Amino acid sequence: MVILGVALAILLSPGWRTVREKFLSWHFFKMSLSSLPTGFWVDVRMFLIIEAIVLVLGLAIALIRTLPAPVLFPVRAVAVVFVDVMRGVPTLILLYIFGFGFLALGFSFIPGDETILGGAALACSYSAYVSEVFRAGIESVNPSQPAAALAVGLTRTQALRYVVLPQAIRAVVPPLLNDFIGLTKDVALVSILGPQEIARIAQINADYYFNYTPYVAAAVFYLVITLPLIRIVDHMRYRGLQRQNALVLM
Amino acid sequence: MTRRTSLAAIAATLIAAGALALAALPGAAAVAAAACTSGSLSLVHKGQLTVATDAPAYPPYFENNKPANGKGFESAVAYAIAGQLGFPSSKVKWTVEPFNDSYAPGPKSFDFDINEISITSARAQAVDFSTSYFNNPQAIVVVKGSKFQHATSLAALRTARFGVQVGTTSLSAVTAEIHPTSQPQVFNSSNDVVTALREHLVDAIVVDLATGFYLTSGEIPHGTVLGQFNAPGGDSWGLLLAKHSKLTPCVDQALAKLRSSGKLAAITKRWMQSGAGVPVLK
Repeated sequence: MVILGVALAILLSPGWRTVREKFLSWHFFKMSLSSLPTGFWVDVRMFLIIEAIVLVLGLAIALIRTLPAPVLFPVRAVAVVFVDVMRGVPTLILLYIFGFGFLALGFSFIPGDETILGGAALACSYSAYVSEVFRAGIESVNPSQPAAALAVGLTRTQALRYVVLPQAIRAVVPPLLNDFIGLTKDVALVSILGPQEIARIAQINADYYFNYTPYVAAAVFYLVITLPLIRIVDHMRYRGLQRQNALVLM
Repeated sequence: MTRRTSLAAIAATLIAAGALALAALPGAAAVAAAACTSGSLSLVHKGQLTVATDAPAYPPYFENNKPANGKGFESAVAYAIAGQLGFPSSKVKWTVEPFNDSYAPGPKSFDFDINEISITSARAQAVDFSTSYFNNPQAIVVVKGSKFQHATSLAALRTARFGVQVGTTSLSAVTAEIHPTSQPQVFNSSNDVVTALREHLVDAIVVDLATGFYLTSGEIPHGTVLGQFNAPGGDSWGLLLAKHSKLTPCVDQALAKLRSSGKLAAITKRWMQSGAGVPVLK
């Protein structure tokens, strides 16, 4: 009823005709369907590569931060500073620093490719977030678990590998997927360094024709990727509750 | 307050504003036609002409990022139009309007927007444009020492990596006229385009010719304007107004007067360098 009412109110609003013309024009939507896929492919490739790097780097940072040995303090300190800075600086500014700033240093080993530089900025930013997720997962495992593992004769590494991490990772899969949904959308930010990805192509078309429909079309493309991810997160939460026999409480 | 008194108050304000304009600029107000004087115009803010441009505002169109100083080509054009409409400089207020927002549906926050906007028929479906106040061809800028420095035709530039600013006609000009082998890089602002050229992320950038002159005279000291070429359909700039704005015929009238009196040509000469010396690439 409420949804119907809201829909009716929108349809009867004085500006609906303008909105339909400027945001939901079928003509410009069809045009976008032919021009946006090449840009979307750029996003998908960037997303997949960055995601793989983030998983490895994020877990590595989390493990470094949980290392107990006092002698490793400098390594832990570097990890802490990295996470603090990468999480604290807005992604857009990181992209400018990586994309334009590092190149200005003039080192020949820095690739002059804006997609790689932008991808590196996003990978660093998201690794920092994801390392915190992993760390929370590791810390959520009850201390009695590694203690028991050590007691039965496992080494510290074996305890981490076979007892702590499996439980930690299972616990953090939903928040991890949540971060990846964020990443699918943030790869669009790399466009400020030049590559023509989907949001940029939508902007070019919108600026060319003075019509916002290409943005709406781009949003539809994003939903194709993000909606399944969101459903997977929901499903896993449900499964988690089921496993702990907690459904009865809901 | 009753409706009657508020209407009277509005009328009084309008008359006062009109009188003020007449007192300040008797000549300009007298030449403007009856329907297009400051007192009778429908404006976003009563009694003042609200003019928009993007920020930062770049030379040679604006100077020191201060549109209100009257310096720079578009600032000068805006004040000249305001003068024709009967507004003294003190009644011209500037507002920032990002280019991406300028064509949004709904009420506008400006009376007109002057921001190097190219007139196209597709865009004219969404907004009103004045008649053109400037024609600006496209310019190709490279750095000295580039392997493309001695290119003498557009075909010789096909393998170059191009950088352009988003929303400009430069992108469609590059795509349609040069057919580059790699996709042009598109940047948010003119500054980012310049940075990309400096750091060799791109081999060449395409900007309007006047901007090309400005960039190579200062911001890119090693830069050189390789040549000029025309975007398909040319590149005429107009003031952007709300669709069906009552002000559109008035600014057109003002521009026509500035054209016939030679004032527009004088402003153009004062702020814009002639492109006659730059080779036309085909």
